[in-house]
Amino acid sequence: MTQVQTRPAPQAGLPGRDDIRRALGAVQDPELDEPITDLGFVRSIDVAPAARGAAVSVHLRLPTSFCSPNFAYLMASDSKDAIAVLPGVDTVTVELDDHHDSDLINAGLAADAGYRGTFGHEAEESLEELRWTFRRKAHTAAMERCLTELLRADRGLAESDVGQVRLADLPAGRTKDAFLRRREALGLPLDSAAAVLVDHLGNSYPADAVPMALRRARSTRISIDGNAHFCRGLLRTRYEGSGADQTARPEGAEPGESHTLLPITVKENA
Amino acid sequence: MYSKDGENYFIVDAHIALWDARPENQLNIHGKQFIDCFYDYHRNLSPAEELWPYEDYLYQGSERLMKDLFQDGYVDHAIFQPAYLGEFYRNGFGQTQEAYSLAAANPERLTYNHCFDPRNGEAGLDQLRADHERMGFKGVKLYTAEWHGDSRGYKLNDPWTYRYFEECRKLGIKNVHVHKGPTIRPLDRDAFDVSDVDHAATDFTDLNFVVEHVGLPRLEDFCWIATQEPNVHGGLAVAMPFMHTRPRYFAQIIGELIYWIGEDRIQFSSDYALWTPRWLIEAFVDFQIPEDMTEYAPLTIEQKKKILGLNAAKMYDIPVPEELRIPDAPETATGPRQPERADLGAA
Repeated sequence: MTQVQTRPAPQAGLPGRDDIRRALGAVQDPELDEPITDLGFVRSIDVAPAARGAAVSVHLRLPTSFCSPNFAYLMASDSKDAIAVLPGVDTVTVELDDHHDSDLINAGLAADAGYRGTFGHEAEESLEELRWTFRRKAHTAAMERCLTELLRADRGLAESDVGQVRLADLPAGRTKDAFLRRREALGLPLDSAAAVLVDHLGNSYPADAVPMALRRARSTRISIDGNAHFCRGLLRTRYEGSGADQTARPEGAEPGESHTLLPITVKENA
Repeated sequence: MYSKDGENYFIVDAHIALWDARPENQLNIHGKQFIDCFYDYHRNLSPAEELWPYEDYLYQGSERLMKDLFQDGYVDHAIFQPAYLGEFYRNGFGQTQEAYSLAAANPERLTYNHCFDPRNGEAGLDQLRADHERMGFKGVKLYTAEWHGDSRGYKLNDPWTYRYFEECRKLGIKNVHVHKGPTIRPLDRDAFDVSDVDHAATDFTDLNFVVEHVGLPRLEDFCWIATQEPNVHGGLAVAMPFMHTRPRYFAQIIGELIYWIGEDRIQFSSDYALWTPRWLIEAFVDFQIPEDMTEYAPLTIEQKKKILGLNAAKMYDIPVPEELRIPDAPETATGPRQPERADLGAA
């Protein structure tokens, strides 16, 4: 559970913990395509008065010590950036706990060393292409969810026909909203006549390539949903009580999801 | 052998280990982090009655392994797939000598695969030749996220890895098991990316590449390359226990694998000692795709028999009683495609 610090109420004009949490809600786990606040990755938020505003200190936690360091760094540095721009913030400290690269990443963040300054010879250019890879995957998965929902609801619709489906054909709701957000992120058209099944550049598929494109998109969606739930489960296993900080993810959820933690000594709690 | 409802299943556990992660063997904090990560996988995905105490998890030893696999676990034959992890453990994580000796004493039950690290250069090639002369293995396990000095990973299409594959050819090492791990340089790219397997499989068509964990968490990338490369296979290590906690996810994994690569290139494994084989085998034989997942056909008994043992037995020339053999299925609908068409459907 996110630690609640007992400190005096923040001064007027200074951000409070809720403001910080809200700002962190804009930071995504690029791989799982969800805000770090929904995933339970924010371990603690501490706000104290400082010389020119608030001194904000945030601790992040991840499902395993061996989560990819590039994603870990992206989330931690994005967190620092998201807080630094808030009015009334003087200093920001973001620390990643219990990771095999905690020392390296925390030192890099403290020094504002950037990606290459943090990882040295292991970094080549930037993590931008990595972000784009996962934005494209997020779009692919969101697209497949829309089309598979449609296929399951309408048994008369054949897989080979989904190339004809337009945005206007999708029922309103969470699945469509999420899909439109992913399209927007890639700069794809949002008008009601636009085709649903497109690649990341907005190209639709020739009729004979439609079933294969759908099947490929399906395997992407299965991967992301499966991975998202596994990571969430591992976090709950690793940090007792962290489930209380997670927001449910309906995509890929299973009926037996309540099985989360077997009673055994928890090792990583500070 | 496992028998249920009049059907007999020949069992090959294609990925097992004999590891030592006890504190006295841990070289640094990463040794503890590594086994704790495994233990959290175990805690998270196991049924309560299959849960081991942490102390048991650190080290099992030969006797317990033999009991868990062959006495309690229905396994007919099992294959060691060692991870060295010399930067985390004093005497390595996988226990080479103990595992090899056990296999040498029980050749009808156990196969010992070895490991190498292409970053050891010429000296490593000499070592591979010497190790092969002594132990005569047919397969190797490669962990591409292994740390090695300043480096925290390598690729299968690195020039030095190719030198080692050429040596494998000469020595008659046919089977390359690949485990993609989470740290690899450069960090600019997705660490779990399996595209290097694609290159290696194209350039070494006479070697078999078994991608462990069926490429998870990048199932889609794995399926796509495996469908183009007939010498790429999928190992179900770590995927199997999802049957218990996340059966719908598991159904989709197995449904996708059968669609993309077909029933003849999927291998069961418990990933012992991450999990024990007994409950996984019982659960898999009882497993079925949920009825509302109309995009997948139900699993057949023949498919289960192949996955549980016949596929790996074929790859390793493990003798299977005549009455338990099953012929190969026809090609999948996706079929082998040419690499130049790999962009089709890319999204």
